[in-house]
Amino acid sequence: MKPTDIKDPEYFHKVVDCQYACPAHTPVPEYIRLIAAQRYSDAYMINWYSNVFPGVLGRTCDRPCEPACRRVRVEEQPVAICRLKRVAADNKDDIRDRLPAIPKKKNGKRIALIGAGPASLTVARDLAPLGYIIDIYDNQFAGGGMMRSQIPSFRLPLSVLDEEVNYILDMGVNATFDVQVDSLREILDQDYDAVFIGTGAPRGKGLNLPGLEDARDHVHLGIDWLASVAFEHTESIGKRVLVLGGGNTAMDCCRTSRRLGGEDVRVVVRSPFEDMKASPWEKEDAMHEGIPIYNNHVPKEIVVEDGKLRGMLFEKVEAHYDENGKRSLVPTGEELVFMEADDVLMAIGQENAFPWIERDLGVEFDQWDMPVVDKTTFQSTNPKVFFGGDSAFGPENIITAVAHGHQAAISIDLLCRGESVAKRPPPRTTLASQKMGVHEWSYDNAVAPDPRYVVPLAPLDKTLSDRKLEVELGFDPDTGYKEAERCLNCDVQTVFEEPRCIECDACVDICPTDCITFTANGEEEELRTRLSAPAGNLAQDLYVSEILPTRRVMVKDENVCLHCGLCAERCPTGAWDMQKFLYNVSGTLA
Amino acid sequence: MSYQIPKFRHPELPVNDLGYTRAAYEGSISTLCAGCGHDSISGAIVRACHELSIEPHKIAKLSGIGCSSKTPTYFLGKSHGFNSVHGRMPSVVTGAAMANRDLLYLGVSGDGDTASIGMGQFAHVIRRNLNMVYIVMNNGCYGLTKGQDSATADEGSAGKKGDANPFSAIDLCGTALQLGATFVARSFSGDKEQLIPLIKAAMSHRGFALIDVISPCVTFNNTAASTKSYEFVREHAEATGTVDFVPMRKEITTRYTAGAAHEVTMHDGSVLHLYKDSDTLDPFDRRSAMMALMDHQQDGTVLTGLIYLDKDSRDLHDVLETAHRPLNQLDETDLCPGNKMLMNINASLR
Repeated sequence: MKPTDIKDPEYFHKVVDCQYACPAHTPVPEYIRLIAAQRYSDAYMINWYSNVFPGVLGRTCDRPCEPACRRVRVEEQPVAICRLKRVAADNKDDIRDRLPAIPKKKNGKRIALIGAGPASLTVARDLAPLGYIIDIYDNQFAGGGMMRSQIPSFRLPLSVLDEEVNYILDMGVNATFDVQVDSLREILDQDYDAVFIGTGAPRGKGLNLPGLEDARDHVHLGIDWLASVAFEHTESIGKRVLVLGGGNTAMDCCRTSRRLGGEDVRVVVRSPFEDMKASPWEKEDAMHEGIPIYNNHVPKEIVVEDGKLRGMLFEKVEAHYDENGKRSLVPTGEELVFMEADDVLMAIGQENAFPWIERDLGVEFDQWDMPVVDKTTFQSTNPKVFFGGDSAFGPENIITAVAHGHQAAISIDLLCRGESVAKRPPPRTTLASQKMGVHEWSYDNAVAPDPRYVVPLAPLDKTLSDRKLEVELGFDPDTGYKEAERCLNCDVQTVFEEPRCIECDACVDICPTDCITFTANGEEEELRTRLSAPAGNLAQDLYVSEILPTRRVMVKDENVCLHCGLCAERCPTGAWDMQKFLYNVSGTLA
Repeated sequence: MSYQIPKFRHPELPVNDLGYTRAAYEGSISTLCAGCGHDSISGAIVRACHELSIEPHKIAKLSGIGCSSKTPTYFLGKSHGFNSVHGRMPSVVTGAAMANRDLLYLGVSGDGDTASIGMGQFAHVIRRNLNMVYIVMNNGCYGLTKGQDSATADEGSAGKKGDANPFSAIDLCGTALQLGATFVARSFSGDKEQLIPLIKAAMSHRGFALIDVISPCVTFNNTAASTKSYEFVREHAEATGTVDFVPMRKEITTRYTAGAAHEVTMHDGSVLHLYKDSDTLDPFDRRSAMMALMDHQQDGTVLTGLIYLDKDSRDLHDVLETAHRPLNQLDETDLCPGNKMLMNINASLR
């Protein structure tokens, strides 16, 4: 193999698994250390610059970082990264004086943002401090988009949402609420320098089942129903509720139903339990509230008698997988299952809809009626029109929308300054030794063996009787500290300097997870078979040195390195050093 | 500061016949200097014991005083241990081995502990061919007292203080051969591929097995003028050949070319394959081994590998015809012959 180029910022970035997996690439270990140091406001600001909504995301994020966490490769559970973010948000001081100043004198460029969800708000936050004039249009009465309409208050209290939305709206942006934008042409006619479309995936999918027509009043689309609960148009539901679908919206629907009078609430899903789209913790939360999940049931018919909804019929199926892993649901041949219901909620997915975008504005649409959007610049085929969030490539999640927003803001800034949007700024990185003494490091290098701490919950009887009472209480500062100590500090990198190495094997002998080998070089596939320990995780790189005096190379498998620093402590010549690698995606603010 | 090694291990570590990973054979974190050769020897011992599937409680590790003699804390944390008086480890092993022949005795010593204060004990334990493995972690200096030349330091070699050693060195392998040792090997802490099979072979040998392991002292004796530095040993080591050790009960999977290797069946049934690189050394002939040692000494090179093996070794228990069971397993009926037997004995003396 060729020697590893550690000057390439992506090499060490990839070692920080959580940060690499995060769409916004938030420097996770850095803020976790600050939480352990009780520097909550500092931890919050790192998050705020990177992901804009730390308090919201600390409660609702899809957490792509956690399955990536290195800890799941050496023990069972990842660090509770998401809930630690909440610890920072809950315990911070008033941070308003740390927010970027908004210039009184504007730069004269006007930007329209359609929709006031996470993507648009991110664009607003990234551009307002640069002096842009921002006009936001949204059809809801307040900002936040799906964070307000689709996420129930028992998961995300309004006060948390309002606080973080208002940090942005208070930046002197002109927000117009309760307005439906019906025509992109009308917006473009107002001579904006750029238009950003962040209108989400607003249309819930329904199932056209026999009996639907007669039961219209008691069959609802999940996201619309959640919105009408959030906006207090709906205050009750029948005692027996069937929720169709296996995603996070279905989980929010069933849990909300339990709080609005539903007593026998069931989730019915076509797929096997393991294949459900909902995050594992959201399924757990639903089951904790006494909601059974019926899997492998395909909805067949809505049963209406005497003009009244009686229930639904389901066909039982089994999942079969072919050699390519492709799933088919095969009926078991058993009798159809009848379940009684007073109300049915359909939460089987949502899709984009752009009826308000005229098709002669130079914004091209593809065969699925989705806008053609550049994946890096988020520019559409009309150079002034940008897309982001769910409206760009279909339903994702908040953190992805934020990441889109950052990149779109960079593009809009480049466009308005007359530069090419293709000229992306490189990431800002630093690499600095953490050595303080012979055995001392400026990070806590001991590896805590503790299993993951459980977030305490409010009592079930209280939360089920109050739709707005937050279920999770969050970690208290002491538990937050203990959880923070579980972080392996993967951003503190093992850096190897060949000329200093005397090949004494001290690092090989001490490494608790057998990451290091000195051996003859070879091609990667073959080299992986000759290392100190099995090196079968191809997603993790090998760090290979230049040729050493004994004609061997140092090979380090990054896979299960604990970043404990023992290799560097046992190194007599300082050939190994622990160096903190900070990687920040460049944005318009920093 | 790291006083402890993290508890997590590689999740796919291989397990041995007993179902243990290498972790079951580890000890506490080392407090020796960073880069000390002794730590590599500890690592080699851990790997050898794991790969041989020895039950940890069937091993006793004993040592004297010195940097080397601290190391038993750093390996085999679940085995029996005894840190004895300076240079007196062989006496303690002798007592233990006489009392309980069922344990594997691993003595760890240094060049000071062996070649200076313990020279007398070393000589006599060899003479008696006690069934033990005797590993010398040989760095040519007294590391624990700031690096004075030891009795194994070569004449002319200089450590960190820079003064060349004016005295001739004691060659522990040569001394052992002269005293009648039945297994003599020399290795280098920086060459685990050689050291691990040698430790395994020594553990399977019945009788006294010496491995003199050159183990650089990074703090006091890893200088350009030292003959016990990493660089010097790497450049001047000449192996007698390569050793491949196949434990008992393991199927021999490697194909061996006839004539190219000596196949030696050890006392416990395991097999040693010895590939000779040297035409002059016959490792089954004591005189040839002594000649080879002297030749290399004269050339200024370091002869490593298996130097001598007595295939017909008879250990102290064999010679003394001791009881076949450990003393702690002998009960009253074994120890007291009974009235009838006593009457017979008495009668025979009348």
